[in-house]
Amino acid sequence: MTFIVDYDAGNLRSVQRACLEVGLQAQICADPDRLRRAERVIFPGVGAAGSAMRSLIERGLDDALREVINAGVPVLGICLGLQISLAHSEESDTQTLGLVAGEVVRFRFDQPELKIPHMGWNEVRPVKAHPLLAGIEPGDEFYFVHGYYPKPAHTEDVFALTDYEHEFASAIGRDNYFGTQFHPEKSGRVGLRLLNNFAGWNGQC
Amino acid sequence: MLSKRLIACLDVRDGKLAKSVKFVDTKDIGDPVEKAREYYLDGLDELVFYDITASSDRRNIMLDVVEAVASQVFIPLSVGGGIRSVADATDLRLAGAEKINVNSAAVLRPSLIAECAEAVGDQNVVLSMDILHVGRSSEIPSGYEIVINGGRKRMGLDALAWARSGEQLGAGELVVNSIDADGTKAGYELELTAAIAEAVRIPVIASGGAGQPDHLYDALTVGKADAALVASMVHYGEYKVSELKQHLHHRGLKMRMSW
Repeated sequence: MTFIVDYDAGNLRSVQRACLEVGLQAQICADPDRLRRAERVIFPGVGAAGSAMRSLIERGLDDALREVINAGVPVLGICLGLQISLAHSEESDTQTLGLVAGEVVRFRFDQPELKIPHMGWNEVRPVKAHPLLAGIEPGDEFYFVHGYYPKPAHTEDVFALTDYEHEFASAIGRDNYFGTQFHPEKSGRVGLRLLNNFAGWNGQC
Repeated sequence: MLSKRLIACLDVRDGKLAKSVKFVDTKDIGDPVEKAREYYLDGLDELVFYDITASSDRRNIMLDVVEAVASQVFIPLSVGGGIRSVADATDLRLAGAEKINVNSAAVLRPSLIAECAEAVGDQNVVLSMDILHVGRSSEIPSGYEIVINGGRKRMGLDALAWARSGEQLGAGELVVNSIDADGTKAGYELELTAAIAEAVRIPVIASGGAGQPDHLYDALTVGKADAALVASMVHYGEYKVSELKQHLHHRGLKMRMSW
């Protein structure tokens, strides 16, 4: 079974519906013991890193997530779900899961015309092949909503880049974990393609 | 670099598209889900549903519409019309709305913006503002006044001041709807749109007055808007969503061109 991790962080049913559209039946799950038996996990999230981490820990989902990732289960982090997979977030100075080395920092611009959050459609430029990015072409755009962005410590963990005044990593991955800063569930056909790729992914890159 | 967004707004009454909206393809008449799907497949960037139902059981009807659309349309979906409480907002979010639009109720009770932002996230609360040009005065220094109830009631509130308050209260985005331009097809109120876009650091959506593709271009350049909202231009079959995007793209704006 595919589980969508429920830690009170956003619109899980949007993710569930988009999965269904590509034929992936996914259940929303807040129970760490059930999560440990997952064949596939989607770790979505919208909101603040601090309260999200508290909620994960309260439910015991943090350990369960680490276990499934260590067991090689394919995991897709989306937006806050990606950010929490790094080691630290500047948002409320929060220690996060540390599944991928690096940190999450706030966009800072002097130009008033650059709005924060980074909200809307922007190009996602794959820099390396990955099964989840199969069929994603340069120029394809995805939907973003975020005020903080991931800074992985190692460039080998970066799979796609996006420009918002400066370049940032919009897709990162390590072994059986893959994370997108954008929302594939709200990104039309290309987003569904990525979810479809995830539905068939065995966790190897 | 972010693309400029094209947003279409559909008015829904009793679960059906409002009668004022006529369509070329008669089989689509009355079905908001079909229309939403059509625009989505034609490259629309975002969809707004505005509930204009008057009856008391409106909420459940609208929730069904949102739920049905959200299962078929995989772009951000924004819903407004009669949102008065956090419960209204969270119900719509659960049904599949990404963003919540507040308007009159927020003017009457500004803390609604902060409450909704707390419940569904800042970036998901859109403050829609209906604005009338009244000329500068000591009470309305910008010359633009906030009105409610579809433009019938003037509130003695300066539009620029309200835009700034909305941002401070936690709105993630602003819709600038000019009552003067609305329905004229003569173009958006560019001066107003630009003034508000310069006064805040959140995205601004231009609304009201679009009749030609160049009007959208003007709103996104001279009007400094991040997104342009259209309704009758596309509902009557006069223009296709993809045509408008092509036009803006050819004029040099960054638009999402593959979908």
